[in-house]
Amino acid sequence: MRRQEMSHSIDPMLRVTGLQTYFDTEDGVVRAVDDVSFELSKGETLGVVGESGSGKSVTGLSILRLIPSPPGRIAGGSVQFDGDDILAMPESAVRAIRGRRISMIFQDPMTSLNPFLRISTQLCEVSMLHLGHDRAAARRHAIDMLRKVGFSDPERRIDGYPHELSGGMRQRVMIAMALSCGPELLIADEPTTALDVTIQAQILELIKQLKEETGTSVMLITHDLGVVAGMADRVIVMYAGRIFESAPTAEIFASPANPYTIGLLRSVPDPTHEEGERLYQIPGTPSSASSEAAGCPFAERCGRAEAICRREQPRLTEVASGHHSYCHFAKEIYAPTRI
Amino acid sequence: MSEDLIKIRDLKVHYRTGRRLFGSGSDVRAVDGVSLDIRRGETLGLVGESGCGKSTLGRAILRLTEPTSGSISYDGEDLLSLSGGEMRRRRKRLQMIFQDPYASLDPRMTVGQIIAEPIRTFESVSRRDAESRVTRLMETVGLSPKFIRRYPHEFSGGQRQRIGIARALAVEPEFLVADEPISALDVSIQAQILNLLQDLRAEQRLTYLFISHDLRAVRHISDRIAVMYLGRVVELADARDLYDDPLMPYTQALISALPVPDPKVEARRERITLKGEIPSPLDPPEGCHFHTRCPYAVESCKRSTPQLVEIKPRHFAACSRIGPGTPDIRSV
Repeated sequence: MRRQEMSHSIDPMLRVTGLQTYFDTEDGVVRAVDDVSFELSKGETLGVVGESGSGKSVTGLSILRLIPSPPGRIAGGSVQFDGDDILAMPESAVRAIRGRRISMIFQDPMTSLNPFLRISTQLCEVSMLHLGHDRAAARRHAIDMLRKVGFSDPERRIDGYPHELSGGMRQRVMIAMALSCGPELLIADEPTTALDVTIQAQILELIKQLKEETGTSVMLITHDLGVVAGMADRVIVMYAGRIFESAPTAEIFASPANPYTIGLLRSVPDPTHEEGERLYQIPGTPSSASSEAAGCPFAERCGRAEAICRREQPRLTEVASGHHSYCHFAKEIYAPTRI
Repeated sequence: MSEDLIKIRDLKVHYRTGRRLFGSGSDVRAVDGVSLDIRRGETLGLVGESGCGKSTLGRAILRLTEPTSGSISYDGEDLLSLSGGEMRRRRKRLQMIFQDPYASLDPRMTVGQIIAEPIRTFESVSRRDAESRVTRLMETVGLSPKFIRRYPHEFSGGQRQRIGIARALAVEPEFLVADEPISALDVSIQAQILNLLQDLRAEQRLTYLFISHDLRAVRHISDRIAVMYLGRVVELADARDLYDDPLMPYTQALISALPVPDPKVEARRERITLKGEIPSPLDPPEGCHFHTRCPYAVESCKRSTPQLVEIKPRHFAACSRIGPGTPDIRSV
C-alpha cells in the first residue's frame, strides 16, 4: 500500500514492507512494530531514530528473525533481501544469511561475546562456519580483521578474553566479527551508546571508513540525532511502532514535517543558547507501542493535535520527493528550505 | 555570607584494591588532588569520561565515600572533621540525586513513604503533616498526588527520576549533587528533567553540582564547568567560555567528539580524534595524565604535573604548554 515510497531507487537491496511484530503479554497484544515499510540501497546508510519503545530495535531484530518467540511473533509483512523474502524462508536458509550476508552489532558487546571463550575462538568460528576456512586460515583472517578495526597488536590480543578489553575495544571485536564475512548489510543497534564520547567518535569513524572500503550498507539504529546527522544518508524516525517520518538526512533536519521530529530536534540542548533559557520539552511520556485505540499515537503529547488526531489514524503523506510524514497536517507543517 | 558555599582543597580519594590479605595492593586514585569552590546559588557542572572520578568526587563531598585526605569546607565548617552522626545530621542540607531511578528507589515502599522518609529521619512531624508535605512535593516536581500510594515499578523512568528529586528536596536542602540525573532517560524526558531542575533552583535558591558525561546537557544547565580527567580537574571556566573557547587539548577533543544534530555542521567540521583508550586509574601515566593521548605532548609533559592556572580571566587550565601569554595550544 505504500508503493510510492519506493520510488527513490529502482533496485533496493533490502525492502521491508508492512512489517508487523507483535508481543503477546499478560496485558494483551503489544504492537511493537506496526506496519513499517522502508528500503535500503546498496552502500547506503539508513539511520533509524527513536526513543525507548519506538520499535526501532525490534525492527532490526525482525529483519534477521531474531525475535524471541514466544512472546514475540511476526504477524505480517515481508522482508525482501536480494529478491527473497527472509520471513518466508526455512530457518536453515536464514542461518546461512545471518552473520554472513547480514550481520548485527549491539549496544553492549559483553552480552554478545562469550566471556568464557578466547577472542580467537569466537572470531574464527564465524569464518570457519561461513567461509569454510580451516583453523589456520581462520586465524590469519581473524588477525587481519582485528588489525582492520584498529588493534595495534592483534597477534597478541587475539588469544585474550573479552573481559581483558575495554568497552571500546570489545565493540571493535564485535565489528571485526560482524564484518568478518564481508556482509552486504550491517545492522548496528546503538553501537556507541555505552561508550564514552571520545571512544564513540573513534567507533563511528571506524564504521564510516569500513563502509567506504567494503561498500556494505548500514542500518544504524540510535536514539542520538547527532549520530545520524553525521553518519546517515537517509533517516527514519519511529514512534510507538510506526514510522513517523522518513527523508534524506539533510532534508529531515532542515525541513522536518512531523511534530514529533520537530519536538525531538528542539529538545536537544543547543550550545549557542542564551543563559537561563528553558529547553523545549515534549510533554508526557513516550507511548510504548501502538495500541488499537483510534487516532494518532502521538496525539496526547502533540501541541498541534486537533480533534481529527484523536479520532483517525493519519496516513503517511509524501510532502516532497522521498520525504514522508505520518501526520494529518504533514503538508501544512512542511516548509521546504529556502536557499 | 561568603560567596563560596563549598571550598574543596587538595581532596584525594584513593581506593585500595589489593587482593592479598597482607602486603600492599595497588591504589586507585579516583580523586587525586582536587581543589574547587562552589559558589552559593550556582550550578557547577562536572564533566568527564568514565573513570575520571567525577561521581566519586560528588559522593565524597557528602561523605558517602570517605576522602583519603584534603579538606571540604561547607559554609565555613570543615565537613571532614565531623563525626558520623554529625555528618548524617548535616545531610539535611546536602542531598543527592542519582543516575539510576530504578536502583535508587526501594521497590517495597510506596511513593509517599519514599518521599516522606527523609522528613521522618530529620524532623519529628506528625503523619498528617508529613503527608501534606509529600503532596506538595509531588506537585512541585510534576507528579500527581493521586499516585501517592503507588509503587516505583508503576512509574516510567522520567517519573521515577521526579520521585528521586522530590525525596532529595523533602528536607529543604541548600545543596544538591545530581549524579548523571538524565543519562538513563529518553531524549524527550531529559529535556523535562533539565527544565525541572532549573526551575527548582530558581524557586528554592539551590546550589547544584551537576555531574554528567553529557557535555551538551552540562553546558545548558551550568554557570561554570569543571572538566575532570583521571582524578584531576584539568579545566575550569564559565560554561559559555569553556564551550566556545576550550584551552586544554582534552577539552577540545571532548567537545569536538560530540555529535551535533545538524548534518551541515557534521559535514564540514574537523574532528580531533583522540588516539587510544583512557588509561586505567589504577596506573595513570606519570606527569600530565593526558600526555599519552595528547596530540601536543612534548617530553616534559611526561614528567611534570601541570597545575590549574588562570590562563584568561576566570578561565583555568592545567596544561604546562600554555600560559596567560600563550593561551592557544595550536600556536605554541
